[in-house]
Amino acid sequence: MQTFGWPEAMFIFRAAGWTLLLTVIAFAIGGVMGGALAIMRLSRIALIRNVASVYILVIQSIPVLMVLFMSYYGLSIIGIELPPFFAASASLAVYVSAYLAEIWRGSIQSVPFQQWEASASLAHSPAQTYRYVILPQAVRISLPPTVGFLVQLVKNTSIVSVVGFVELSRAGQLVNNATFQAFQVFSLVAVIYFAICFPLSRLSRHLEKVMNASRSH
Amino acid sequence: MPAVLIDDVHKRFGDLEVLKGVSLNVESGQVVALIGRSGSGKSTLLRCINGLEAINAGRIEVAGHAVDQDPKKLRELRKDVGIVFQSYNLFPHLTVGQNIMLSPRITQNVPQDKAAELAREVLAQVGLSEKFDSYPDNLSGGQQQRVAIARSLAMRPKVMLFDEVTSALDPELTGEVLLVMEKLAKDGMTMLLVTHEMNFARNVASTTVFMHQGKIWESGPSQDLFANPQTPELRNFVTAGTK
Repeated sequence: MQTFGWPEAMFIFRAAGWTLLLTVIAFAIGGVMGGALAIMRLSRIALIRNVASVYILVIQSIPVLMVLFMSYYGLSIIGIELPPFFAASASLAVYVSAYLAEIWRGSIQSVPFQQWEASASLAHSPAQTYRYVILPQAVRISLPPTVGFLVQLVKNTSIVSVVGFVELSRAGQLVNNATFQAFQVFSLVAVIYFAICFPLSRLSRHLEKVMNASRSH
Repeated sequence: MPAVLIDDVHKRFGDLEVLKGVSLNVESGQVVALIGRSGSGKSTLLRCINGLEAINAGRIEVAGHAVDQDPKKLRELRKDVGIVFQSYNLFPHLTVGQNIMLSPRITQNVPQDKAAELAREVLAQVGLSEKFDSYPDNLSGGQQQRVAIARSLAMRPKVMLFDEVTSALDPELTGEVLLVMEKLAKDGMTMLLVTHEMNFARNVASTTVFMHQGKIWESGPSQDLFANPQTPELRNFVTAGTK
């Protein structure tokens, strides 16, 4: 039987790298999609609004696990084989997009409507109003909840182990199966999650304080 | 052709008819004050002039533009028609200078250095040259409103609309804003203003229009109108204001 030593720890650290990479990719792609969806949700055209609403509603109403199964196993039935890393990134991005879309829609809507009126009255187009007036303010409002969501995402990436992708949690399981030193193994896994998430949580709280301070006058 | 032409304008919000056939002309260089009780339709009328509210019937032309809900045409119109609001509505994430430079830069392609020059010029006009790099949050209400006026002026508008611009200010700050507006009027700006400042209407506006229940109830040269109100409604309104 193997004992829990340096090589096993390195294996877990490398897997933590995959967790981080997965988080970054899912957040980046999901962020772009979420941004587009947020603006679609606020469109003046009902069809665009409804398409975004239905997408968000559907994704938020089913577990990420199902999205993952559908993209990994479901697509393979119709002949599209996605590598696990690709299926995992895509599924998480879809999940991220639906949640960020709602966070950001709320942030955009909490910019007072007088700002829209003032901008329009200065002959700005809707795109200019978004770019120069609304989004800079909305981004500030959205930062704390967005970073908060990012913390959730880091932890939720563990779900992709079900399609055979070895990230931090899965690596812990594998090492434990070989060494049966559960306490040491999962302590290390927990410490790594904590080391990633704790600074992010603090950042989120810090941002919240800074934003509140600059808003009270 | 008048700078502002309003012809039999009707405006409804649901079942409520706020404007019931309003006609009014403002000549170039004229200052017209709109007075009346809350709900008389005066603010709505002002907002119809730059297309913030769409009218249901009638016709409005301003600075040579027909008011039309087509977004492109509205933008062309708004380059020539400035509006200042009761709540200032400065962009809080931009400095005073940036607030003023933004629109000339993005709507008229004025280069950065020219825009900065323009911003300093209009800031001097409202007496706030030293506030170029301040953020709106660090200014008093009166200063913010003067910046809002400067921001509109930087677009070189042909007509300026003022929607109760001093209603959120205490008397002292009201004074500094009115002074800026009076100077503008003397410089020949065409102005249409909704106001509760009866002295300002009487002394600065050439014409005062009294609105009541969605109609122009009475209008005329300001001095005459206040001295000899013809209708009991205006008489009540004027005496209530001076009590």
